[in-house]
Amino acid sequence: MRLPPWQFWLSLGPALTLALLPLPPWLSAWNPDWVALVVIFWALNYPGRTGVGAAWCAGLLLDVMQGSLLGAHALAMTVVGYLTVKLYLRIRVFPLSQQALAVAMMLGTYHFVLFWVEGIVGGPAPGLDRGLAIVLGALTWVPLQAFLKSMWPRIVKD
Amino acid sequence: MATSSNQYRPLLLQGPSPGLRFLLLCVASILLMVLDHQQHHTRSLRAALSVATYPLQVLVNMPYSAGAWISETLGTRSDLMEENARLRNQILNQQFQVQKLEALQAENNRLREMMRSAAEVAERILVAEIRSVDLDPYRHNLVINKGSRDGAYNGQAILDAYGVIGQITSAEPLSSRAILITDPSHATPVEINRNGIRTVALGSGDPAELRLPFLPNSTDIQVGDLLVTSGLGGHFPPGYPVGVVNEVLRDPGKNFATVTARPSAQLDRGRQVLLVWFGTPRSSQDLVEPEPET
Repeated sequence: MRLPPWQFWLSLGPALTLALLPLPPWLSAWNPDWVALVVIFWALNYPGRTGVGAAWCAGLLLDVMQGSLLGAHALAMTVVGYLTVKLYLRIRVFPLSQQALAVAMMLGTYHFVLFWVEGIVGGPAPGLDRGLAIVLGALTWVPLQAFLKSMWPRIVKD
Repeated sequence: MATSSNQYRPLLLQGPSPGLRFLLLCVASILLMVLDHQQHHTRSLRAALSVATYPLQVLVNMPYSAGAWISETLGTRSDLMEENARLRNQILNQQFQVQKLEALQAENNRLREMMRSAAEVAERILVAEIRSVDLDPYRHNLVINKGSRDGAYNGQAILDAYGVIGQITSAEPLSSRAILITDPSHATPVEINRNGIRTVALGSGDPAELRLPFLPNSTDIQVGDLLVTSGLGGHFPPGYPVGVVNEVLRDPGKNFATVTARPSAQLDRGRQVLLVWFGTPRSSQDLVEPEPET
């Protein structure tokens, strides 16, 4: 079995920290899904080793830290990982603006799965706030991927 | 870890197809969710993983604890003296009230003995600190820095200086997660302090509001009534303030009155909470021995 490189875990740490960052309630719905973005980044640039399995692990850790239903984020993250691994050859050659759009679609799927799980479990149905996180997540993608690429240029050069 | 550079960037994927892995992991996630939703089946897994993520919690909390430490260390002498005087005053006031309380408690126990009902159970408390950790924004949860190593258990009541805050939903080794009484999925058994009418206070999702949906229009309830825990669920110690009724709407066309209350506890402020041990959890009050197990 080919495990994800240590760089994946190293970038997952700050992403989980940012996801937990205490923000005032009105801002907290705007907090982009850092972990999902990092998972998309690695699945896009290193699909051989950080694909579905790594996404699942990241989702499970997020579940544990947020105290949500164990497996909810894991399932959503697995879907995102799978989509990225399936489409990585296409998304990689997109210009940055289109890439951000593709990321927005991924985040949309991610939130849809979460929403769906919460609906089945009977949790509180959140309103349109999730849309804000998706838009902000797609905007965050542009600087985030540039930053991660500059961190490890040898691995993710394209 | 890869050794040669062409291993870093595979053009085409090798190994088992991601589709198969995707299916397997989806099944695994759904299985986990089912087990977790039935409760208690995944507690040890959650506890083990929570220890792994504990450093991140501490890290996130660090700027806040550092800020508190700095403001305490650099506080001017006059500020500290002022605070000291204020606290001294407060202690004096409270000691005065406690004197009365002891006499009242003794009298209460005597009366209870006369009526042959169980004496009030002694309680033990432990101060815990809230960690500044943002959880699911659609849930009213918090993380505190005391866990099962300190004796916290699932379902344990949490109070602050003004009233009931919530209860622990998962006691992990080093920290615990708690649900607030205002979470939409939480219900608190309460009674009206003035006349002892029992009902249930549901969370509304708004940190400043509780709903009491099961009161008939004819119920004797007024704005300003204090709601205290009834202790009937076995999770909360009886007699602690939960909220104050702030709105009573009696619509003759409906069977039930629309009653809302404002929580007494400072749910969105403060850093310290109290964990309460009283008797044994999940048992009726009358069967409990007078001294709690420690």
